[in-house]
Amino acid sequence: MTESKVLSLNALSKRFGSVVANDAVSLDLHRGEVLALLGENGAGKTTLMNMLFGHYMPDGGSIDVAAPNGEMQPLTLGHPQAALSAGIGMVHQHFTLAENLSALDNITLGSEPLFALRRDRAGARAKVQGIMDRTGLVAPLDTPVGKLSVGERQRVEILKALYRDARILVLDEPTAVLTPQEADTLFENIGAMTGDGLAVIFISHKLREVLAFSHRIAVLRHGIKVGEIATSDADERVIARMMVGEDTPVTQRDAMTPGAPVLTLSGISVRNPSARDSLTDVNLTVHAHEILGIAGVSGNGQSALASVISGLRRPDSGSIQVDGDEILNPDPKTMIKAGVGRIPEDRHHDGIVGAMSVAENMVIERLDDPEVQTNGLMNRSAMAANAEKLSQAYDVRGPGINARARLLSGGNIQKLILARVFEQGARLILANQPIRGLDMGAAAEVSRRLLEARAGGAGVLLISEDLDEILGLADRIMVIHDGQLTEVTSRNREDIGLKMAGEHT
Amino acid sequence: MMDILQILLSESFWAASIRIATPLIFGVMGALLCEKSGVLNLGIEGIFAAGAMCGWMAVWLGAGLWGGVLIAALAGAFFGLIHGILTVPLGLSQHVSGLGVTLFATSLSYFTYRTALPNVSSPPRIEPFRALDIPLLSDIPFLGPVLFQQTAMTMLALLVVGLVWYVLNRTALGVALQAVGDNPDSVDAQGLSVYGLRIGAVMVGSALMALGGAFLTMSAFDAFFFGMVNGRGWICIALVIFASWKPGKALLGALLFGAFDALQVRLQTEVGAMVPGQVFLMAPYVLSIIALVVAARKAEYPRALLTPWFKGQR
Repeated sequence: MTESKVLSLNALSKRFGSVVANDAVSLDLHRGEVLALLGENGAGKTTLMNMLFGHYMPDGGSIDVAAPNGEMQPLTLGHPQAALSAGIGMVHQHFTLAENLSALDNITLGSEPLFALRRDRAGARAKVQGIMDRTGLVAPLDTPVGKLSVGERQRVEILKALYRDARILVLDEPTAVLTPQEADTLFENIGAMTGDGLAVIFISHKLREVLAFSHRIAVLRHGIKVGEIATSDADERVIARMMVGEDTPVTQRDAMTPGAPVLTLSGISVRNPSARDSLTDVNLTVHAHEILGIAGVSGNGQSALASVISGLRRPDSGSIQVDGDEILNPDPKTMIKAGVGRIPEDRHHDGIVGAMSVAENMVIERLDDPEVQTNGLMNRSAMAANAEKLSQAYDVRGPGINARARLLSGGNIQKLILARVFEQGARLILANQPIRGLDMGAAAEVSRRLLEARAGGAGVLLISEDLDEILGLADRIMVIHDGQLTEVTSRNREDIGLKMAGEHT
Repeated sequence: MMDILQILLSESFWAASIRIATPLIFGVMGALLCEKSGVLNLGIEGIFAAGAMCGWMAVWLGAGLWGGVLIAALAGAFFGLIHGILTVPLGLSQHVSGLGVTLFATSLSYFTYRTALPNVSSPPRIEPFRALDIPLLSDIPFLGPVLFQQTAMTMLALLVVGLVWYVLNRTALGVALQAVGDNPDSVDAQGLSVYGLRIGAVMVGSALMALGGAFLTMSAFDAFFFGMVNGRGWICIALVIFASWKPGKALLGALLFGAFDALQVRLQTEVGAMVPGQVFLMAPYVLSIIALVVAARKAEYPRALLTPWFKGQR
């Protein structure tokens, strides 16, 4: 790492309405350096990077970028085109690829003259090939991007930036969608690229990879840069304290003896035109006082599994038992009645009805309960009392129980769902990605509640892509790959990672 | 049976098929361009009417035939601009805006026509495009009369198919258009303008649709009538799906429809005594529905079709 500066953000500020997303954030980046940008959700990391890339217009502050000759020059703000030509490349968390085009077309998109009659495909291909040889970022160039794996798509995204001679690369949560092995390969490639002088900023909330692969760490909290530290001086506790502002309570998982089975799936198969959403001969049992973790990279059948257990999808073969009783005609209502509580993956879309009030959403799975309705008429005062009670108990904060549920923040929506599930006294809790996208405080709360339910005698099926979450909560771990489940006895990250990638070792 | 065979082998049948297909070729290429960029343009039916009226009126007022074609294209681009602004930066419902443009463009065309010609009993005529007589080529047996004794507008339509194919598949502009119809973020992230590409595609596409209309008044007939578009625009919308958004297949679809239509006219005279004429009039539409059912199940939609995109929201 040399000391030549390539980028400086000077007191950038951005407000959305009354919310201050970034408040006078300053940041420097040097040639060949890997800077990790850390912070809880809503801390303003992505906003900051979107200002750098010209997607957002800052309300105040300025950005200076080094020209190829090393001289710092001010960047025109609010124009992606200006950022691109200044040598800034960004890989978004949600890929910005056209799936109907080949990788090569995606890479050259926007860098050739639009109205020319011919394209220099051979020249472009040679340049991309050169970059692939130098960095080890290899992707098939002629296959439509829609047919590539997630890892390959991400490499195409990075190639897009390098093709435009990026000297500064921004990666927004690059490993969120990768297996642990793919993530390690990515960081190896990044290492090769920084050797050539590329400067990298990566946004992450996985402390492990931040500590392993960055040179310097900057932490944002509530839109303010609260600290900067050389990675060699940091450890997990130090960083976590910087992010949250206090020591995070360590979730305590007491040993427990599993009880009777609360959910048994035998020989469940779901056939779907899309292989990403199929299951083949799935067998699993969740006992009372037990959390079973299902690890896997997204798109390996998790949503089919969740659909079967919540009664949304009838399996093509196999049987389901809840609390010892066979469910013959699974549909959502039967499953809820049988004691399945679900925390759905897409909490905004499948967890609440956004246009209905918080109070209504809290009773929406038991509308025929005499406590809340008589002869088809809703008892509004009972609903209000129920909502007040649950909001208190589960710390659901928002504009009030009569406000539309979509006005709540993600963490509070999740608490609303938890309140609903736990108040029904569910025997089995299906928790599909319950922590994804929540900040550390809310995530700790969700974990605590799941462990509480386990202590109270429920069984929990925890589906997650985050291995740390599974390792922290689950009593037993199974890996889902390509619609098939395998139990793993080892709690070694490496072993589980290999199974997630489909290697049968 | 022999009669049908005779029809299928006749030069006049094939020449008529291509003639009937010409406005559809313009329309289907226009609709395809719009939809490739992610914007459904249901204004097509009205833009046909506007093109028919404007092209004809320009010539009737003294412009040359190609001048009329240009005026029609500009009129189409104008309505395309309206639809583009409403649906792209403003992000309104493409269905509602498109139907609005159809009603607006149709009524405005009729209104203008009636205002210019308040008391005519029979529609005034212009001197339309004549069939070309290309030396040598026109004399080739069978192919000559079928392909080369068409009007210049038919030639233009076939040229447009080639052009659209070339632009979409061989130029950077085409790649950008396909990208903006699949994932606008991909275009934005590479510093290109999503709004510019989409509005541009809708304007050029609408200009092509208007040429389809202009063909009706300047090549197929020589006058403007109310109701003369008669659902051709809607057929184009269906043909784009049938063609799975591919220019070559779209040409084929338009020709197929033209052939059905030419066939039913001839069948009416052959076996018309036994079967009511309406059955034949209906036949091309029934057949195109069947063709759609078969083809559309495998169609590869532009992923971002109908989805508005707003700058700075991700």
